[in-house]
Amino acid sequence: MAVVELIGIKKYFGHVKAVDGIDLEIKDGEFLALLGPSGSGKTTLMRLIAGLESSTEGKIIINGEIVNEVPPRARGIAMVFQSYALYPHKTIFKNIAFPLVVEGLNKEEIKKKVLWAAGLLGIGHLLDRMPSQVSGGEKQRVAIARALVRRPKVLLMDEPLSNLDAKVRHTAREELKLFQREIAVTTVYVTHDQAEAMGLGDRIAVMNEGIIRQIGTPEEIYHEPVNTFVAGFVGIPPMNFIEQDSVIIGFRPETFLPTELIPDKDLMRLRFRVERVENLGSHRLVYGTIGDAKVISNLSLPYSIREGEEYDFSVRLKDIRYFDKEKGVRIKR
Amino acid sequence: MLNRIILRGGFYGALIFFIVFSTAPFYVMLITMFKRGHDLFNPNNNPFFFNEPITLEHLDLLFTQTLYTKFLLNTFLVGISVVAITIIFAVPAALSLARMAGRWGENLGIGIFLTYLIPPTLLFIPLSRVVSTLGLQNSLWSLILVYPTFTVPFCTWLLMSFFKSIPREIEEQALIDGCSRIDAFFKILLPISIPGIITVIVFTFTLVAHEYIYALAFIQDSGKKTIGIGMTTELVRGDVFYWGALMGGALIASIPVAILYTLFLDRIISGLSMGTAKR
Repeated sequence: MAVVELIGIKKYFGHVKAVDGIDLEIKDGEFLALLGPSGSGKTTLMRLIAGLESSTEGKIIINGEIVNEVPPRARGIAMVFQSYALYPHKTIFKNIAFPLVVEGLNKEEIKKKVLWAAGLLGIGHLLDRMPSQVSGGEKQRVAIARALVRRPKVLLMDEPLSNLDAKVRHTAREELKLFQREIAVTTVYVTHDQAEAMGLGDRIAVMNEGIIRQIGTPEEIYHEPVNTFVAGFVGIPPMNFIEQDSVIIGFRPETFLPTELIPDKDLMRLRFRVERVENLGSHRLVYGTIGDAKVISNLSLPYSIREGEEYDFSVRLKDIRYFDKEKGVRIKR
Repeated sequence: MLNRIILRGGFYGALIFFIVFSTAPFYVMLITMFKRGHDLFNPNNNPFFFNEPITLEHLDLLFTQTLYTKFLLNTFLVGISVVAITIIFAVPAALSLARMAGRWGENLGIGIFLTYLIPPTLLFIPLSRVVSTLGLQNSLWSLILVYPTFTVPFCTWLLMSFFKSIPREIEEQALIDGCSRIDAFFKILLPISIPGIITVIVFTFTLVAHEYIYALAFIQDSGKKTIGIGMTTELVRGDVFYWGALMGGALIASIPVAILYTLFLDRIISGLSMGTAKR
């Protein structure tokens, strides 16, 4: 169990500022999701915590100890790579046992711990196989078992679900959350998939261009974005933006509905020209324009909509977020 | 239907052609080894069959009147030593070039490979000065010293592309799992690299076994010759070619290499292809 603190962390690769000044505290037992587009520096930040990269500037502190000069093996961390990085020449058992073997534990103890980790992840029946003989989902479990077997202080995961197919990914996400709660290990989870970040993270840190744009609970990130980047990056489809009187007005697609379907009185009414309707079963995505701005409505209630026509749509005033037109930062109104 | 027959016929035709093409030399070597001299040199005889009873006279010449077994032993000794030296130098060199030197490593690797392209027919002149300065002329040590000059660059280059094909994450995973860099190399990277290393061993050994120009330049004593020059200098006397013994000697010398290739064929192929394919 551990607290991880990052103070003024910078990492430059030549002229490229991969991580450009990050202050972050990850609480004991917390599940922190690092969310950002590719190239945002999230993986570099994780590798800095792991000790696979050394920072250009700043301090990394794990449980009160500055670990900048401590090699990865002595930081008490474990990591699950995107590719799982299983040792191809070792059986599943030996893969999971490897950290313990290196540590120099005796055979009895190793066996006990491997069986514990394998049991936790439901891969007890695979222990004699080689990595090439198990499926992608099973590989991912093996990688997590290997990470957990040493009871790390901090667990780092780099997009561990991205190589799984959609169906497996969903159950894997659920299980990941459950067992993380069970063993309550401080976890940093890198992903570019916001559904994963929202579903898994106690808190989400949204990164872009090497800095953290916002950090908060999934609700805060989604409902109270502090700038247009976060608002536009989080949410599928993302927040709609229209310009009005030198400010940017933002609202979520699911709050942008036909006026007659909204019971409230405090509304902003907008003329919505519908261009295309996408029926997704549980809801419809209605693509269209307000003036020149492209917007989307997420419609889950029955309402007759035809492409090419104009409708009277509204957003409740309390669902509207205002942003500065120049800097893109949130303005309170 | 007709198309299929033509296609099949073409396929088997090509197959048979290549089988004959690759085995014919060995077949000729094998029968020449047991043919009587009279049978061998009569132009009216069919060269592909025994026209007279077989004889062991050539093998007798090879084993009792030349130092053939000594040549084999010398080749083996030099081969083993050069393989060991090559592995000791090429593995760390390839690893550091593949992993640590960035773009410099890439260019340096190409540079190292280019040295392999300088023909030994030019290099043996300066190298003979080196050998004589060190007092190694007419000694197997000269070959053990000189052969690595081409095996090390070639094998470094080969292993470099092999190491590159091993995902970096596997090594980093080992670092996180508690290994130092050295540990990670010996416990994870090296075992994974075995196909590549076997390829290097087999290649080095074959290169050494058929090397000619350096051996010819540096070794004079019959008892110190390797198989390549031993055979050609001892069994070609003036304009007399002892074909039976030459063929027999060549065939026998190629047996260990053939066994080596057969045993490790799968690993050699995976060693070579793993080096070329990206992941």
